Amino acid sequence: MVKKILAKTYVYFILFLMYLPIFLLIVFSFTDSDSVGVWNGFTFKLYGDLFKNKELMTAVGNTILIAFVSAIVSTIIGTLGAIGSYYSKKRTRKVIEGITQLPVVNAEIVMALSLAVLFVALGFSFSFFTLVIGHVVLTVAFVFLSVKPKLQQMDPNIYEAALDLGATPRVALYKVMLPEILPGIVSGFMLSLTLSLDDFIITQYLKDPSFETISTYIQKILAKHPVPPEVRALTTFIFLIAVLAVVVNNVSAYRHSKKINSMKEGK
Amino acid sequence: MSFRFQRKYLSIPYIVFFLLFIIVPIFLIIYYAFTDKATGNFSFINLVHFFSDMTNINVLIISLVFALATTVICLIIGYPVAYILANKKFNKNKVIVMLFVMPMWINFIIRTGATRDLLTWIGLGGGTHPTFATLVGLVYNYLPFTILPLYSTMLKMDRSLIEASADLGANPVQTFIKVIIPMTMPGIVSACTMVFMPTISSYVISDLLSEYNIVLFGSYIDLYFNQANWNFGAFMALIMLILVGISVVVTRKFSKEENARTSLW
Repeated sequence: MVKKILAKTYVYFILFLMYLPIFLLIVFSFTDSDSVGVWNGFTFKLYGDLFKNKELMTAVGNTILIAFVSAIVSTIIGTLGAIGSYYSKKRTRKVIEGITQLPVVNAEIVMALSLAVLFVALGFSFSFFTLVIGHVVLTVAFVFLSVKPKLQQMDPNIYEAALDLGATPRVALYKVMLPEILPGIVSGFMLSLTLSLDDFIITQYLKDPSFETISTYIQKILAKHPVPPEVRALTTFIFLIAVLAVVVNNVSAYRHSKKINSMKEGK
Repeated sequence: MSFRFQRKYLSIPYIVFFLLFIIVPIFLIIYYAFTDKATGNFSFINLVHFFSDMTNINVLIISLVFALATTVICLIIGYPVAYILANKKFNKNKVIVMLFVMPMWINFIIRTGATRDLLTWIGLGGGTHPTFATLVGLVYNYLPFTILPLYSTMLKMDRSLIEASADLGANPVQTFIKVIIPMTMPGIVSACTMVFMPTISSYVISDLLSEYNIVLFGSYIDLYFNQANWNFGAFMALIMLILVGISVVVTRKFSKEENARTSLW
């Protein structure tokens, strides 16, 4: 019993430490002091300021835009890559799986720098296009790795069955294979979004100088100042979205496991 | 002969993308690393330049020390957390595991800024305590990446072996060293690679937390690349690449654990 209390206390203490900086920002988002640690009385003023801060709002919009565009591109290329490699000869498949590990293990700064060198060598100027390429490099391997296990779990005969029943290969892909591997595609997409939203290094190297995301915009300010007051209000929103994501994720996982269980029971 | 659709063709865009934007850039880095900036010819000048200046070697050594310290601290804090979370006696709740992952969804720069402001507020900021502040920032950021792989290995651990060890007369310390540690080795190795390499190459955390008092290898590369000295920057990136390669080889020996980042969703 004592052991259990000690164990729980330890876990909650570490959790408390991990959330402390974030909660500090959230608590001080309800006062309009210049930095955390100074309480100027309760007010929602920063939430108003947040939406009036044009630069920050543009950065938020840019962050979301680049995350969705790159996640969509990554999901398409990565999913097709996984399907294609699954049906390739063993040697080709091993090569594709090998190169997939490259962006996973490589240091982000090396990828960012090498891509920047490539674009300069090709005479490209940094733009939204180069930024999308950078984010796809960052995320595409994770889509591949999310889809691959779903292909392995799939019954290989159903695709053949669809062809035998007269479906064209394209229809069989869309109507038979795609629904089977959809959970892997969705988690790959979500993972891409998360990685892209959070990214700093690749973005910093490959963006148009006038284009700012949340990360690059705040980093520039942090070099000389504390976390800007409006960003404290922004953190509250990001935190709420993260909580929502966890809840949705857990609920759907719970439903999914219930469904699997009832299927196992033969209902 | 007409074109006939085969499913294996679907991976062509993926392969072309990797060739163009991942493999060719790596070769470009190698090319620039062994090219003299002034003449454009093949040369070892960047290599000589790097190893003849003690400042460069020092940055590399300091980065390795910081990476080692961060990894050890993360393991010391994270190992018991993972052990408790994976033990049904203490925890049946998956939500607590999710709570350890959730800070990763808050923007990394905001988290780092918040940590710095907190440390400055309580008087332990990078201006006065650069080493402490940097270590706190690094450990804070990489702790979830330590806990996740450890947790997933420990879930698969055969607990009857622990009881057997106790039944056969081992004391708890012996059981820990001889039974639990070897069983969780894949998780430990995977946690180490998730922390060690990124620490060397990370530059935002050390820059912000130490208030530019501590320069890790990542910021050093960034510094040189910003000064438009490609060739020397490329050589340092190549060193980074070699370190990554070594860590991959070491990991392969110990574990086939999947990357902890993929278990985020």
